[in-house]
Amino acid sequence: MKILVCITHVPDTTSRIAFVNNNSEFDSNGVQYIIGPYEDYALARAVELKEELGGSITVLHVGGAEADPTIRKALAIGADDAIRVNAQPEDSYYVAQQIYAIAKDDSYDLILMGRESIDYNGGQVHGMVGALMNIPSISPVMQLNIENGVAKITREIEGGKELIEVPLPFVAGCQEPIAEWKIPNMRGIMSARSKPLQVVEPVDSDTMTSTLKFQLPPAKGSIKMIDADKVEELVALLKNEAKVL
Amino acid sequence: MSILVFVEGDQGKIKNSSREAVTYASSIDQSSVVALALGSFEASELEQLGTNGANSVLHASSERLNEGIIQVYAEVLTKAMEECGAHTLVLAKSALGDAVAARTSILSNAGMASNVVALPDLSDGFSVMRSIYSGKAFAHVKLKGANRILILKKNTVELKTNGEPAQIVQFSPELNQEGFSTTITATERVSGEVLLPEADIVVSGGRGLKGPENWHLIEDLASALGAATGCSKPVSDMEWRPHHEHVGQTGIKVSPSLYIAIGISGAIQHLAGVNSSKVIVVINKDPDAPFFKSADYGIVGDAFEVVPKLTEAINASK
Ligand SMILES: Cc1cc2nc3c(=O)[nH]c(=O)nc-3n(C[C@H](O)[C@H](O)[C@H](O)COP(=O)(O)OP(=O)(O)OC[C@H]3O[C@@H](n4cnc5c(N)ncnc54)[C@H](O)[C@@H]3O)c2cc1C
Repeated sequence: MKILVCITHVPDTTSRIAFVNNNSEFDSNGVQYIIGPYEDYALARAVELKEELGGSITVLHVGGAEADPTIRKALAIGADDAIRVNAQPEDSYYVAQQIYAIAKDDSYDLILMGRESIDYNGGQVHGMVGALMNIPSISPVMQLNIENGVAKITREIEGGKELIEVPLPFVAGCQEPIAEWKIPNMRGIMSARSKPLQVVEPVDSDTMTSTLKFQLPPAKGSIKMIDADKVEELVALLKNEAKVL
Repeated sequence: MSILVFVEGDQGKIKNSSREAVTYASSIDQSSVVALALGSFEASELEQLGTNGANSVLHASSERLNEGIIQVYAEVLTKAMEECGAHTLVLAKSALGDAVAARTSILSNAGMASNVVALPDLSDGFSVMRSIYSGKAFAHVKLKGANRILILKKNTVELKTNGEPAQIVQFSPELNQEGFSTTITATERVSGEVLLPEADIVVSGGRGLKGPENWHLIEDLASALGAATGCSKPVSDMEWRPHHEHVGQTGIKVSPSLYIAIGISGAIQHLAGVNSSKVIVVINKDPDAPFFKSADYGIVGDAFEVVPKLTEAINASK
């Protein structure tokens, strides 16, 4: 089983979101970066599948050298080698083209990624890569098993789930509870240092979108507290003041 | 030049979020909105899309389209854009819509934006405002290229209901066999309940509810309000509730008119899934629970006492 796991390098979920330079740039001051939680799930499942079926795991990231510690963490969790495409991930289309350029010549059985990145929440790259490679793309995937070359997948839908069978290869956008997040152990961290991290230059590609500026939501007004013994007051406020009932 | 709107059904009914997408498109150009429905639907259900702003409905009624196979749907959407000469495709955010639109963007050579929260700005090309960082910020994004795809967040426009019924046009695109290598072998879903992402009111419970046996408190309040039920991540991790109810950064992101959080502390990852709700009510026994900082109305009290009283008061006020 040859598995490619595409990871993002994103602000920790507790980060304060702010912008600088006239709201044109994300303020990364003091921000901790992590592997996106959805890709962390994808990677954890890849490690389990490798344990079960044998094979290899390559992690792929499109981004600058600042992401190398994040990539090393993925190696410590259990990936065998890594590729970084040395380019700023301008938009989903651009990233998908870079992944396609790597994946089209290396016959991966499985291409796993998160259902969406937690910075731009685009949720597009898995579908784009699937379409570019002309193989199926399935998302959001909450369970993934391989039996005799066929994947059995549970996909979340509104109000429930769908069971799917799909032949390899395909692209999956993963989410919980596909696996439990794995914390790298000491041996993993030591061995990650010597695992290969190959840096390649990007292929030429357009972008399809450009960000003009960022904006923060308006601050919440102050809260109205209601006495626990006077719940009818809350009902009246929701009806007459907030007008949501 | 028409605007195509992909509409989805749920148990035979067109989803409200899809109707909103039709209204959104008609707010861009009220003379050229074509809704696209795939699989079996009653004609009356489709005609009614006219009331929301559709000028016509393209109906690919093949039974082979009753299952939402992502690859197959993406090909049909692309062919439908060509069929009606549409340069813009609009759809509501959903598990299926997100996955289908991403593929379609490649096939149709379209720039794409998801989580769109406002009408486009056409003053200089085509740009939209979209929510990013799980609702903690917005980006204004310009879509390049001749075609574009917009995925809308719920409650982006006020639903229009006063239009004329729409004409239905049959659409029979050739279906590529390749996509059917993916098979959907079973679908398990709750029936009769309001779907969480569709709901106008959501009642959510957290670890403060102590166990799944107490969920009748949440369910009774939800049914009094006609609301959907949600939960925090630990609640679905412990399997007190099914995963599709999990709200937050790593779960479903909701934007209802009213979100009621009961026994949820308000961790930043939970807030990420609810911060675009119009009004937030928090019920928590701890006056220092962080959720109160992000709420509009709050009650400090024990859920086991407050919630039954609230349910009663709502029922009494009807
Ligand atoms: C990467 C990452 C992603 C995450 N994603 C999500 C996510 O998507 N969604 C999510 O929800 N969490 C998420 N979390 C977890 C999050 O950090 C919190 O741990 C979680 O939201 C806490 O759930 P809770 O509020 O139900 O439980 P707790 O934090 O245990 O809070 C329980 C609350 O109930 C109150 N309470 C107790 N008894 C009563 C009573 N009788 N009456 C009234 N109130 C009572 C308590 O005062 C407390 O405030 C994520 C965490 C990480 C690290």
